[in-house]
Amino acid sequence: MITYLQDHFQQTVERFYTHAWLAVLPLVIGLVLAIPLGWLASRYRRVYPGVINLAGLLYTLPSVALFVIMPSIIHTKILSPINVVVALTIYTVALMVRVIADALIAVPAEVRSAAVAMGFTGLGRFLRVDLPIAVPVIVAGLRVAAASNVGLVSVGALIGVDQLGSLFTEGFTLFVGSIVLLGILLCVLLALILDTTIVLIGRRLTTWQRAVA
Amino acid sequence: MGVIWNYLGDPAHWSGSDGVPARVLEHLEYTFLALAFVCLIALPLGLYVGHTGRGSVAIAGTANALRALPDFGLLVYVVLLISGQLPASLAYLLPSVLVLVILGIPAALSATYAGIQAVDPAARDAARGMGMTGSQVLWRVEVPNALPLMLSGIRSSMLQIVATATIAAYVSLGGLGRFILDGQSQRDYSQMAAGAVLVGVLAILLDLIVAGIQRLVVSPGVTGRFRTAGPGRRPSLVTSSQEGSVVPTT
Repeated sequence: MITYLQDHFQQTVERFYTHAWLAVLPLVIGLVLAIPLGWLASRYRRVYPGVINLAGLLYTLPSVALFVIMPSIIHTKILSPINVVVALTIYTVALMVRVIADALIAVPAEVRSAAVAMGFTGLGRFLRVDLPIAVPVIVAGLRVAAASNVGLVSVGALIGVDQLGSLFTEGFTLFVGSIVLLGILLCVLLALILDTTIVLIGRRLTTWQRAVA
Repeated sequence: MGVIWNYLGDPAHWSGSDGVPARVLEHLEYTFLALAFVCLIALPLGLYVGHTGRGSVAIAGTANALRALPDFGLLVYVVLLISGQLPASLAYLLPSVLVLVILGIPAALSATYAGIQAVDPAARDAARGMGMTGSQVLWRVEVPNALPLMLSGIRSSMLQIVATATIAAYVSLGGLGRFILDGQSQRDYSQMAAGAVLVGVLAILLDLIVAGIQRLVVSPGVTGRFRTAGPGRRPSLVTSSQEGSVVPTT
């Protein structure tokens, strides 16, 4: 494993970076898309079941299937990393919409009334009162999404997207377990880094409390 | 999307050992085999931990650690590790099923113990007060109340297994993943896409079946308590924080 890492250091570092990008990009895009959708679902109770059921349905689809179907829907090349990014964004949105909707519904009514009494209205109240209160729950959801994204990106090696998952296919072709093990360890390391980053950002955003879920 | 229907519409792809029905059956075989083992291990263990409260920290820790491991990597590693020591006929099936079981356990296990622990303590006390023994409390009060969560845990495990079984085609397992992998090596996109659609449809159908079972076996008195969780019946992060979380499919 050490010898492999010495011989392929540059390549492995590049794969680590690509892996990180392919996992983080969908997380950010997915979160940005899920916030307005979650708000809609929490605000209009008739929208809620539809959005949640659709999210559940999308979450049911196996990732390999989604990776492979993407090109025929968005007209990308089969080997394009965009397929992986779009597919993982769909998963992230599917997971986060429900988390955000439930977190917003759980904002205490008296807090909301107090905010209104202090003169907060509409978007201002949402951004400065409701959303910050929902942050700990959103952070918990993002941690799950980040961990799953790191694992799912590696599956992209099956459709030819080069990242840490390529260590699994390489190890299998060469029949060398230690290369696979290196890939697993680097994936876990990446997942840990992302997890810690998300927790730290969550703490910065919720300075009034130290209880992050 | 047209290419998919061209592939699926060709009668030649619907017969033989590499035809669609044979592959679907293989996929179902792996899924149910692995799911049976998952239930045999996760349910008793989850009931024990939930009822006695012993070892819940260890279980939660192990389940979370398992989730951080990349499924695909674990699959390849286990196959490389143990396939050499097995007779050729089992060399690929056994390690793959073993990994499917390992990956399927966390969802069912954590949902089971969280479901039992989330049972209203008042209901538990009342049952004891009525003179029920420990096992009566478990089977007549705790299990019926925990059933919705237990079944959604089994549902997550099943979806995880269906998805991972697809990837297992890479380590020479049969099933629907073969279309995706063989299509990839033959540069035949229609075959890949057809395989992907079939796996997606299979996953959704199996999910619907379990959802139907859930509706049949869960006592109507219990479902009222979970109505606030929404019709999806997936345990959400908000309503059951101890449960861990929904397990993403691979």
